[in-house]
Amino acid sequence: MTSQKIVLHFPRKIVNQPVIWTLIKEYDLECSILKANITPSEEGLMVLELKGNNDNYKLGIDFLTELGLKIQPLSQDIIRNKERCIDCGVCIPVCPAGALEADPETRKVSFNDSKCVVCEFCVQVCPFKAMEVRFE
Amino acid sequence: MKKTIQEINEKIRKGKAVVVNAREIIDIVEQNGIEKAARDVDVVTTGTFGPMCSSGAYFNIGHSKPKIKIGGGKAYLDDVPVYTGFAAVDIYLGATAMPDDDPRNKVYPGEFAHGGAHVIEDLVKGKDIKFEATAYGTDCYPRKKLETHININDLNEAVLFNPRNAYQNYNVAVNLSDKTIYTYMGILKPNLGNANFCSAGQLSPLLNDPYYKTIGIGTKILLGGGVGYVAWQGTQHNPDVPRKDNGVPQAPAGTLAVIGDLKQMKPGWLVGTTMCGYGVTLTVGIGVPIPIIDEEICKYTAVKDEDIWTQIVDYSEAYPQGKKESLGEVNYAQLTSGAITVQGKEVPTGNLSSYSKAIEIANTLKDWIIKGEFLLSESVAELPGPGSGYTFKPLKERELVS
Ligand code: SF4
Ligand code: SF4
Repeated sequence: MTSQKIVLHFPRKIVNQPVIWTLIKEYDLECSILKANITPSEEGLMVLELKGNNDNYKLGIDFLTELGLKIQPLSQDIIRNKERCIDCGVCIPVCPAGALEADPETRKVSFNDSKCVVCEFCVQVCPFKAMEVRFE
Repeated sequence: MKKTIQEINEKIRKGKAVVVNAREIIDIVEQNGIEKAARDVDVVTTGTFGPMCSSGAYFNIGHSKPKIKIGGGKAYLDDVPVYTGFAAVDIYLGATAMPDDDPRNKVYPGEFAHGGAHVIEDLVKGKDIKFEATAYGTDCYPRKKLETHININDLNEAVLFNPRNAYQNYNVAVNLSDKTIYTYMGILKPNLGNANFCSAGQLSPLLNDPYYKTIGIGTKILLGGGVGYVAWQGTQHNPDVPRKDNGVPQAPAGTLAVIGDLKQMKPGWLVGTTMCGYGVTLTVGIGVPIPIIDEEICKYTAVKDEDIWTQIVDYSEAYPQGKKESLGEVNYAQLTSGAITVQGKEVPTGNLSSYSKAIEIANTLKDWIIKGEFLLSESVAELPGPGSGYTFKPLKERELVS
């Protein structure tokens, strides 16, 4: 039996395919979607908990890899270094999960960890190196 | 009713001056009208905190024994090359300079984690900085090599001198192409994925004095958390761009060259900045006080985000090719709402400039003035205004004839 949390990056061309359905039907895996953010015709992201017997788990992962999905184990987390963050907000539009938001009055930027899908876009985008990847 | 700067300074000395920030003046004018507001308020403080590439600092590092003439040689601060084309031990560190062995964009997009701006930030924090110099040696300056640590407190002079800061308005950057681009306006996602802008809008110094009626050469300002001065108009100063009826330019216009003693500046207000795939830059905090000498100035300082308009520019084609094409005009109220519409598509917006830090700067300056610690200066010469003939010209390339 294998059970693992993984992050899937979907390229634009396969966003419309029934990936989860295949994992359940063909590979007999238990899938719990922890977080997801996919918009038609754009890149998608999903944090998934996959459970099943070892062979099926391996075949399922192979199937995802062959489709062209990037798979990462969810063993990392994003944290914001409040000392470095200047509350500019340039990270907000690149966050696919709506985890970064500006307060309309103070225009300070808040980071909602529970929405974050660990795509790391903000890590690359932040000019002040305030968004950091933490490996667990 | 008119007030002179001397009269305002007299009130500041007596602790009686009424000082508000450029956000607060909006409501005061709305509630009381221009006439009363101009009478009641003496100073409006502005602020901005954003990446400003044309920044740097010069230093006199003092003479070693035996002496070395670094002028005409090579020198590095924490591996970042400095300009040595001055006298023996004067050097200039540019914000965008980076180590010789930085891969730049060879590994695309380049990371640009360390450069001149980061060294400036570290100096202000009081950190020791590695200094290396090589020279050719002369009879009076025989030494050829120097390796040591320097600290800002030991330097004879450490002066921040930025040739272009505080842009009066700026473009909104978008990407019409189908691949991600890495620009000085940040990472722009394909097919209008995001729209980045860079201004404090209604708080920004030159947007509150659009015709440079009070801000001029010699104006005393807040710079990097300390005190500084306007040294000159900034490079690319361009007062003649189209303006709205309120006088506010609809495109990048005026700029300031600013100077101040780096030793009294504070950590947090000069921040080394990394633009992925573009390079290194310095984020600079600037606050400018505007004396309310008459109703006209008061009206300018009451400008609101919704009255400040700017152009949307495609950074995949129009900007790099130098084409003057706008994809439309938007105001800062629209930009700060989180999304704008470009070519019929809703595009999320991001600001490179921190509005909340700009407020903090305007409030710090306000505090200094209220406490009587900061008096206003009369400018000694005006900045070139619209109609002065001062323009921002493109380069005329000519073929080299040998
Ligand atoms: S881009 Fe960086 S500094 Fe700006 S708000 Fe986001 S995390 Fe903070
Ligand atoms: S890593 Fe950053 S951009 Fe990605 S979801 Fe989390 S907060 Fe948003």
